[in-house]
Amino acid sequence: MEDVLKIVTDTSLTYQQQLLALAHVAENMDHTIPLSDEYVQAMKDNIICTLGEGNLPYRPRYIIPDYSILMEKGSKFLELNPPKDLWEACNSLLIMYRHVPSITSFPVYLGDLDKLLEPFVQQVSREEAKKCLGLFLLNIDRTLTDSFVHADIGPKDTLTGRLLLELTEEMQLAIPNLSLKYDPELTSPEFAELCAKCMMKTAKPSFANHRMFESEWGKDYAIASCYNGLTLGGGGFTLHRLRLYEMSLKANSVDQFLNETLPYYEKLMADAMNDRIKFIVEQSAFFKSNFLATEGFVKVENFTGMFGMVGLAECCNHLLGIEDPAKGFGNNKEADELGVRIVKQMQDFVNNYTADYCDACDHHFRLHAQVGLDSDGREDSPGCRIPIGVEPPMFEHIEHSTLFHKYFPTGIGDIFNFEETWEKTPGALVDIIKGALANGMRYFSGYLANNDVVRVTGYLVKKSELAKLDAHQQSLNQVSVNGKGARDNSDALSRRLERVNESAR
Amino acid sequence: MKAPVNRIIPFSNVDGPGNRTSIFFQGCPFQCLYCHNPETIHACIHCGECVKTCPVNALEMIDGKVVWHKDICVDCDTCLKTCQHLSSPKVEMKSVEDLLAVIRPIKPYIRGITVSGGECMVHADFLLELFKAVKPMGLTCLIDSNGAYDFSKYEELMEVCDGVMLDVKASDPAFHQELVHFDNAPVIKNLHYLLEKNKLQEIRTVLLPFHEEQNERTVRYVAQTIKDKVLYKLLRYRPFGVREEGLEKIGRNITTLEQAEKMRQIALELGAEQTVVI
Repeated sequence: MEDVLKIVTDTSLTYQQQLLALAHVAENMDHTIPLSDEYVQAMKDNIICTLGEGNLPYRPRYIIPDYSILMEKGSKFLELNPPKDLWEACNSLLIMYRHVPSITSFPVYLGDLDKLLEPFVQQVSREEAKKCLGLFLLNIDRTLTDSFVHADIGPKDTLTGRLLLELTEEMQLAIPNLSLKYDPELTSPEFAELCAKCMMKTAKPSFANHRMFESEWGKDYAIASCYNGLTLGGGGFTLHRLRLYEMSLKANSVDQFLNETLPYYEKLMADAMNDRIKFIVEQSAFFKSNFLATEGFVKVENFTGMFGMVGLAECCNHLLGIEDPAKGFGNNKEADELGVRIVKQMQDFVNNYTADYCDACDHHFRLHAQVGLDSDGREDSPGCRIPIGVEPPMFEHIEHSTLFHKYFPTGIGDIFNFEETWEKTPGALVDIIKGALANGMRYFSGYLANNDVVRVTGYLVKKSELAKLDAHQQSLNQVSVNGKGARDNSDALSRRLERVNESAR
Repeated sequence: MKAPVNRIIPFSNVDGPGNRTSIFFQGCPFQCLYCHNPETIHACIHCGECVKTCPVNALEMIDGKVVWHKDICVDCDTCLKTCQHLSSPKVEMKSVEDLLAVIRPIKPYIRGITVSGGECMVHADFLLELFKAVKPMGLTCLIDSNGAYDFSKYEELMEVCDGVMLDVKASDPAFHQELVHFDNAPVIKNLHYLLEKNKLQEIRTVLLPFHEEQNERTVRYVAQTIKDKVLYKLLRYRPFGVREEGLEKIGRNITTLEQAEKMRQIALELGAEQTVVI
């Protein structure tokens, strides 16, 4: 019970953070879901990682409620009638958020806020709407204290969307994470520029490739948590990940890796995910009794399993005997081509593996390029990303990203660090993003190097909050500690800065 | 036809509207004291001094010519610091097709191209061919110029070009001569010609820290000429990258924001509503 004592006496954890950590200890005392010896060994070898899901899942990892039901019908369990105005709508949402679980116990999806709230915003003056939405955002930031809490806007230009951007800039909050569903045909250029400007001020929103997501998921999809594409009214049962660098150490050649090593661990992980999903659906109470399921906010058939991976760069470099990362993946055609072969093989695997449930994707898992954990260090770069510090100039970097993004419907993204002149030229930034998405990039994040709110790997933190942790004080945001780890262990705040040299004048 | 290219910046947000690819040509008739990239001024004379100082042996003398090995180069710019002739060993002769091969993959990300230098109008014939090939791609073509060459003599180029970003460094002829070693009569003529032709994309004036009177003369002249029709950028002099001769004559200080703001107010009062400080 050492762990329990450690948690209870840890002064850097808030009460909520202690509670979650204690629940985790309790969950891990159970061994109902059988684990094969091979799987346990793979976990010990750090090749398969369950991303803190614990032994006995009591809720799906990511839950994407269809909040439009709350707007139209209210909720019987929450004893809420359909809202009649903006204040009631925001209040109902805030109440419901507290009852939407996830792996972090905070809701990872807050809804497409502009679609949900625009009818109500249109009923009141701009001033009243702004006041209400400001309080709404403040409440979210102070009660849903986790940067994986995520809201979507777009693709259409709305007053609600504009007010949310204005408030996001003014209030400088790390929560919620925000995505713009961007489609150059549907999103007005002015709205895109407002989003780009906001991105340079607060590291959000990120731009999600609306056409790409819609072509895979249909029109009812959501971006949640870091950048995870999922079906509205459903979600992701579970997310496990393969750590490809550690896996590559088990292979003596590229051929052995592709033909033996990778398939072996893919099967191990897929089987374990399948067992977990069966437990969540068949035994755990969630789909039987939780009001989200019983009132139709989510349906089991709208869920899928997320088949994750990290460390493609280091895996390719190791297999090809490349020791200097600057000459490897991201800066080396051979390594990049090997990366594509590995990812294609993974796609073939999930397409050929029939999973129980997972109706949302025709009984298949979907690939996910995981953003990494603070404890990953420099061994495994997030998903298919180029190691920090050896990123090529932005144009080549984006082109590299487009090689991989199409394979990851449940999420992949890249982050670009801009110097201050870009804050004044949002139009130029939109030009770049538009080109990137047209060329096959799925998800584009950017931030300004010298801002307080910065993007770590997929989530946002405030540098001022990291400073609190450095001083051994508590941070209200439970993700700050991940940000500190990612900064300290993975140099996550040292990515290449895009500069344009001043020319002679 | 080929032209010497000093550098290509695929993504630039400071060379005209939107994101643009900037192409820097070698060679310039001006010798501005405050030039930030003096290595673009002259053609290489192949003296070989830079070959001796290159720390990674990326430069080699072959048959009397300095050859640059791009794959070895680590971009430390020691060669540029060594060069006494305001040049660079890294200049490459490029054909229009060479440049198109660079631009094609970048096209989805940009609104257009901007040609700069040096003074790109040294290569006006080449620019005409380049623009004729780039325009049909749906990209705009801007010229960034010091105004040394009389644009009215390049009618065909003016037709295909979307605009000129013109430097007006000084309106006082004597001061202009001192500052850049060249007469400003063609610059002033170009200012009026381009304005009349509706081809002025923007005007830039570098404000100097210790020449307030000259700053004001130029700003007044430009502002009265352009009124609210054109974007007018007032750039603050920054000593970074300026060669010793320039530092001695212009100084090691940055023009203060207060100084620049004062000039902007003067321009605004004269009706140049689109005046900004950079």
